[in-house]
Order: sequence, then C-alpha cells, then structure tokens
Amino acid sequence: IIVGVPLWWRTTETYRAWLPVSQINELSNLQLQLSAEVEVVFARGTVTPEQQKKVPLTQIQDEEHTVDGDLFINAVCLVVTKIRRLQGNICLKCVFSRGHSFEVQDMDVYVGQRRTALLRIGAQMRVGKTLDQLLAHLEPRIKQVLQVMSFSHTDISAALSDRVRLSPGNKESIADSMRTFKSSPGYEITFSLLNPDPKSHRLHWDIEGAVQTYIQPLLTKLASVANFSIDSQTLYYAMLGVNPRFDSSLSAYTLHSDSLAHVINPVEARLGSNAASSNPVLNFLLYVPDAHHSPLYIHDRKKQEVPSNAFHSPRWGGIMVYNVNGFYGPEAVFPVDVNINMAKVMGVFLAQLRLLLGVQSSTAPSGFLVAPCGSNGLADWELDRLMWSRSVENVATATTTITSLAQLLEQIGNIVINDNIAEQVSSAVTSLQLAVAELETGNLRFALQYSKEAILASERAFFDPSLLHLLYFPDDQKFAIYIPLFLPMCVPILLSLLKIVSDARQKRREKQAKKD
Amino acid sequence: IIFYIFSTLYFQLSFSPLVPQENAGQFFSSGHTNNWAVLVCTSRFWFNYRHVANTLSVYRSVKRLGIPDSHIVLMLADDMACNHRNPKPATVFSHKNMELNVYGDDVEVDYRGYEVTVENFLRVLTGRLPPSTPRSKRLLSDDRSNILIYLTGHGGNGFLKFQDSEEISNVELADAFEQMWQKRRYNELLFIIDTCQGASMYERFYSPNLMALASSQVGEDSLSHQPDLAIGVHLMDRYTFYLLEFLEDIHPSSKANMNDLFKVCPKSQCVSTPGHRTDLFLRDPGSALITDFFGSVRKVEITMETINLTEPIQQRQKETYSYVDQLPVSEIIHQKPKQKDWHPPDGFILGLWTLILLVFFKTYGMKHLKHIF
Repeated sequence: IIVGVPLWWRTTETYRAWLPVSQINELSNLQLQLSAEVEVVFARGTVTPEQQKKVPLTQIQDEEHTVDGDLFINAVCLVVTKIRRLQGNICLKCVFSRGHSFEVQDMDVYVGQRRTALLRIGAQMRVGKTLDQLLAHLEPRIKQVLQVMSFSHTDISAALSDRVRLSPGNKESIADSMRTFKSSPGYEITFSLLNPDPKSHRLHWDIEGAVQTYIQPLLTKLASVANFSIDSQTLYYAMLGVNPRFDSSLSAYTLHSDSLAHVINPVEARLGSNAASSNPVLNFLLYVPDAHHSPLYIHDRKKQEVPSNAFHSPRWGGIMVYNVNGFYGPEAVFPVDVNINMAKVMGVFLAQLRLLLGVQSSTAPSGFLVAPCGSNGLADWELDRLMWSRSVENVATATTTITSLAQLLEQIGNIVINDNIAEQVSSAVTSLQLAVAELETGNLRFALQYSKEAILASERAFFDPSLLHLLYFPDDQKFAIYIPLFLPMCVPILLSLLKIVSDARQKRREKQAKKD
Repeated sequence: IIFYIFSTLYFQLSFSPLVPQENAGQFFSSGHTNNWAVLVCTSRFWFNYRHVANTLSVYRSVKRLGIPDSHIVLMLADDMACNHRNPKPATVFSHKNMELNVYGDDVEVDYRGYEVTVENFLRVLTGRLPPSTPRSKRLLSDDRSNILIYLTGHGGNGFLKFQDSEEISNVELADAFEQMWQKRRYNELLFIIDTCQGASMYERFYSPNLMALASSQVGEDSLSHQPDLAIGVHLMDRYTFYLLEFLEDIHPSSKANMNDLFKVCPKSQCVSTPGHRTDLFLRDPGSALITDFFGSVRKVEITMETINLTEPIQQRQKETYSYVDQLPVSEIIHQKPKQKDWHPPDGFILGLWTLILLVFFKTYGMKHLKHIF
C-alpha cells in the first residue's frame, strides 16, 4: 500500500501545468484608462498675452464612463499650451485662430489630413475676459474635437460590445459595429470581375497596377493594424440572379434597392476563397452588365439614381455595376474590347473598403468640416481612431477569452493542460497587462502591438486542439473500471482484517480474564 | 433591407443629419450579417437511408434559400448514393415514386464516412480543429452569425448515437454550445433534431439565444414516413418530410416566422409530438423569420460616396515568374535527414533478445554464469 498507492496516484493523475489564475481573475475586473494628449496652440491675436500667461500649462480632465457597471473608462485629456513637440507620442493639435481664415461661414472647425484641427475662436472671446470664462469656452470645444478625432464614449462602447452586449441604443453605432469587420490579425481582399457576356465584351482591367497605385498605400498605412493579402479573379458567365426591370423613361434597366439583397447569394457560391487561411474575406465585385441589359442603374428607395452605382453588404464586401455600353456604338463588331477606367472603380472600392474596415466615421457634429482623405486614402487621425478602437476591442476580446478559458479548465478537472497552453496563457496575461498600461499613458502603437500579441496568444491557447473534454474520463467511468478489478480482491482482505481484529479483541479479553 | 447613411466625407458638401428609413427596424431586428449551417447525419448502413435523405433535403432547402457551400458544414456518416445496394445509383430520393432527388449534382460533403465522429462534431462546433484543417471543414462563424444545426439519426433519452459505436450526451452538447457562446461564435442558434426522444437533447441547454426544435418528446419514437418498394427502404422521417414540404413554400423574400415552423407536423401527421424550446431565445419567436436561419438574406447598404482618385496608374514592369523559381528546389534537394529521437528498443526486439539469452544460458548451463558475473 505504501508503495502502490502513491505510484497509482502519480500514474493516473492528469498533467495540469500551472496557470496564473489569480492574475486572470484580476483581469476580469478590468479598468481601462485611455488617455490622449492634445496640444493647444493659440494663433496670434486670439488671446491677449496676459491671458496666455495665466492659462495653466497642463490640465487633466477626467471623464468616467461606466459600461454596464463592469468597466470604467476614463478619458483623460492633457492640455499643453506651450508649443513644444513631445517626443514619440502621437498627439493632436488644436489650433485656435481668428475667423478670417475660414471661408465658409458656418464652419467652426476644420479637421486636417494629419492630426491638426483648426478651431475658430469665438468673436466675443477676443475682448479681454476672465480666465475662467476663457477656459469654459475652450474646454468643451476641445472635448468635441477629441471625440471626433480620437475616441468617444460610443466608439469605445461599440468596441467593447464583444464583452458587454449592449441593448440597442444608438442606431448609428449599431450599424457601424455591424458593418465593420471584427478585429483580426489578417484580412483577405478579393477583387472579382464578373463578365456575364464574354461574347459581346472583352474586358481588360489593369488590376495589378490599380491595386498597387490606389489600394496598396492604404494597406501599407494600415500595416500596423493587420496583414492584408490581395488577390483577384475574373468570372465568366456569372449572372446576377435578379432580373432588372426596364425603365422606359430612362431607357435603361434598373435594379431596385429591395432586390439588391438577393444579388449576392448566387454569386457567392462561385467566388471561392483561399483554402489555407481562416482570415475574414472582403469581396469586391465589379459587374459589367451584358449587352442586352445595358445600361444598368441602381435605384434607391426614392427611385433616384445612385451616383456611385454601387452597394455594399456589412461584413462581406461591395459590388459595383460598371456600364460599358457608352464605349461602343450600335455598329460595333462583337466582341468589343473595353478598357475599364480603374480610377473610377477603385474610388468606389476604396470608399467601401474604408467603411468595411471601420476607418470611416459616420457623421461629424454640425459645424465640422473634414478635409478629404489624401492619396493614401487614410488621414492620420483616422488611423489613430482605428487604432484606439482596435486596441480596446483586442483587449476586451483577449480578456474574455482568457477568463472563460480559465473558468472552463477549472470546471472540468480532467482536462490535461499542456505546457504550451500554460505558456500561451501566461504570455497573453503579460501582454494584456502591458497593453492596458500603454493605453493609460497614451502610447497607441505599443498598446496596439501588445493587444495584438495578447489576442494571438489567447486564441491559440483557447483553440488548442488538445483541450477537448471528450477525451478524458469522467468520474463515474473511472469507478466502473476499478470496481470489477478491486472488489474481488478486497473481499478476502477485508474478511481477514476483520478476523485479525476479532482475534486481537478475543486475546485481550482472555488476558483480562486471566488477570482477574 | 436597406439602410441609409449620408456620409461626411463627400468633398465640400454640407452635412445633413442622419435619416433612418422606415425599414431600419427590420435592419436591427435580427442583428446578424451572415448565416451558417451544420447538418449532421449520424447513422451508417443501408437501412438508415432515411437519415441521409433527411439531411440532404435540409441541405437542399438551405442552399436553395441562399446559404453557399462555403458556409455549410455537411457531415454524412455513410454514402447512400453510391452504396452497392442502391438500385438507382447517384441518387437519394426523398419521396416515393422517386419524385425528388435530393442528391443533385453539386452536393459538397465536408465530413464523410468515418470522419463523422462525436469528437469531430464537437471540434467543429468549438473551433478546436488542428491547424491543418482546410477552410471548408471549419465553422468560421463570428458574433453576428446565425447558425442552423440539424442532427438526425438514432437517439435515446439524453443521447444521440454516432456511427453505431459512440454517443453524444445532451450534457456534452450543452457544454459545447456554452463554449461557443463564451467565444461569441454565434449570434442566434437554431437547433433541430429528428431522432427518437429528441426533446431530451435540448433539455440541458443553458446558453442564451438558443432555439430548439425536436421531432418527438421523451418516451416517444420518431417514425419514418413511407417506404419505397423499388428502393426497399424507408425514404424519409415524418418530421423532416413535413419540414421539407413547409420549406419548399419558403422563398428568399418570404416573411414567414418561427411560429409557423412550430406548427409543422402536428400529432395527426407525425405520430409523435414535436416539441420546441424558446425560453433561452431573447427575441420573440414571432419576430424571427424563417430566412433568418434557413436562408441567407444579406443586409445591403447603398454606397453613397466615392473617393476621387486622380493619380494615373503606375506602369510597372511585368514580372514573369517561372515555376522553378517558386519552389525552394535547392532546399528540398539538400535537406538533411531529420534527427530522430532515440527510443529504447521496442517490445518485439526486447522479447527476441530475451529468448536468445535464455536459450544460450539453458544450453550452456548455469555454471558459466558464475564465470561471467
């Protein structure tokens, strides 16, 4: 027994590597603190020098938001008035200037392509006023700019929607969160040219050049957020699946908006995807209508033509209809060679790509004028915005994954926890703690990097193929195995033990009797 | 189902506030953007033809209503169409007089034959597949996916029999769904089971947003519909037969809802009593459309803005690739043999050596051992 029982115990116990359970439990009560730095610059003539001296150098504004009572978010805003370039930190610049630099009278704020916002200072503030009134005038406007350019309560709540399922409040943000793809380490983008009528049209599109010129700069800029792989294909005889109606007033075929929802499914079966990766796929389809159904226009609910002639589906991709009947006359010899104007096509696809990736914000408050995005297709502050929400989303997802994994492993005592799983969990926990710390100080790039590492490690740990509780024996099956083996052996042992005990007792009684 | 957004970045236009449309309510009511289906037939052998026909008819309806093959995981435990005993090879019929061939030309079976095991089924649901699994065998759903899960086969009180050799219990199934919920692998899940005592399989569910239908209550048997005398087996089960009939009337823009689905196959038609469970489902079943689960109606938005791109396309040198350059040929040729770990000699070698030693010492006697030791 002395040798056998420990030996049996050691050989039948399941190997469970150590997991940092206390740290994981700490993570589940997560308090996120996000801080953004803003540099405020006063142009000449906006404030008097005395006022400028009196404005405090740094001012921290805390805002606490609760999301479902679980998480607290503080938005911290540092206001620095000296024109000092902070090293290494991404910071916003709010420049206050007088009104004459604004051409349009209604606009109060102009948001530039990099990280600068030009604010018009109110006319009444030019006259000397007290310091408090000046600050009271400045702060809400800076806050508003910060909400547009960095993050706002709705953005962060939407990013945390994985952890906390919110009841439908703001319809805009719900539409946004449903449309944008979830944070993933990689995406696949597929451009497809659908030619249902190769007998009439021979289409040429310089997709490689177009991707290189128009799409690749955006993706290079987004390289810190995710990896992208692009491919393209041409599909022949791919029909729409919906019959367009002929509108005699326009002498064109129209696709009503109600039927657009049924266009995607017949095509999707033929699109195909990369078998090797499990990354989400964004499909962009360019449909050239056949000669009998040209031109084809998309009409919205109000029966008006859509200028882009394109539509997109949340979390799937976009479709554009490109009419080529204008390129040839009725006497042309079929098939006609057509060169597709890739700049126009890519303009639409780029806009759809921005919407689907979550770069685009829905609406700016009134009085804001936003500069059109540059040749990259992405303004710097939009990238920051995306990085904020992605970091928060990654942190929330990784936390949920780790805590539910710990809960699962605790519940099912029989699962073997291998060393590599424990390693992944530990590294995920460390990365999460680092990411939260970086978010607090406002280092966006590091925060995003750590959050990505945390997500990768936590996903790898959660989806490890060895964590299947089916493969391990529940307790009642263990008893079922041991009882037929040990019960026959135990019976004579028990009986002999009883005999020994009764013999000893009898001897003792005899001894007692002898004594007496 | 359209939703409008007047976007901000349209050159120098002034901004108008957001105008939600009347159908915006519809847009938000279901909350899903894609659909998946996991259809499993768990029985082997020719006389279980009806289970394969059940699964294939649900597959056919689901494909007809729009879910593409890439979003369907079809698991068939046996091959009836090419079975030796099938008098009409390459067909699987669902109605007597061979009216409807549910096998068709473009069936894509993801798990076939012996691959349909409890382990693989649970791996597909929870996502714990080995990294070498191809995309078509994975359930790549996200938090906005509506999933339809259909199981059929032989079952009992609290279990479902796989391949005549193993079982899945209702506890395991409930735990698998809970793990899916923890990882937000579904938005809403519809679970349909057509086996004997099917209602016992959904008794243990405890995760939110699950709706379950079963063909029979605990203690009842699900019966098959009708035999075909030419093929010689029963072709379909009653519940799925009437379910298929109901689904044939549904088209992609239909507005039929779940309450109609609960009425399928009353006791007069199926001899068993179909059951359903909706207490875990957060929406009202009357507001859930059939096409929310069986079809794939995409939400669509009109693209209101474009970006003005003015740069001309850069002319690049066309690079020509040769096949040889794409393979790391020199690496493959000059590969060193992998270091194999040393293992102690196998059982057979050990036994052989012991035999030789014994024979040696037997013939030469024990005295010689003294010399050696």
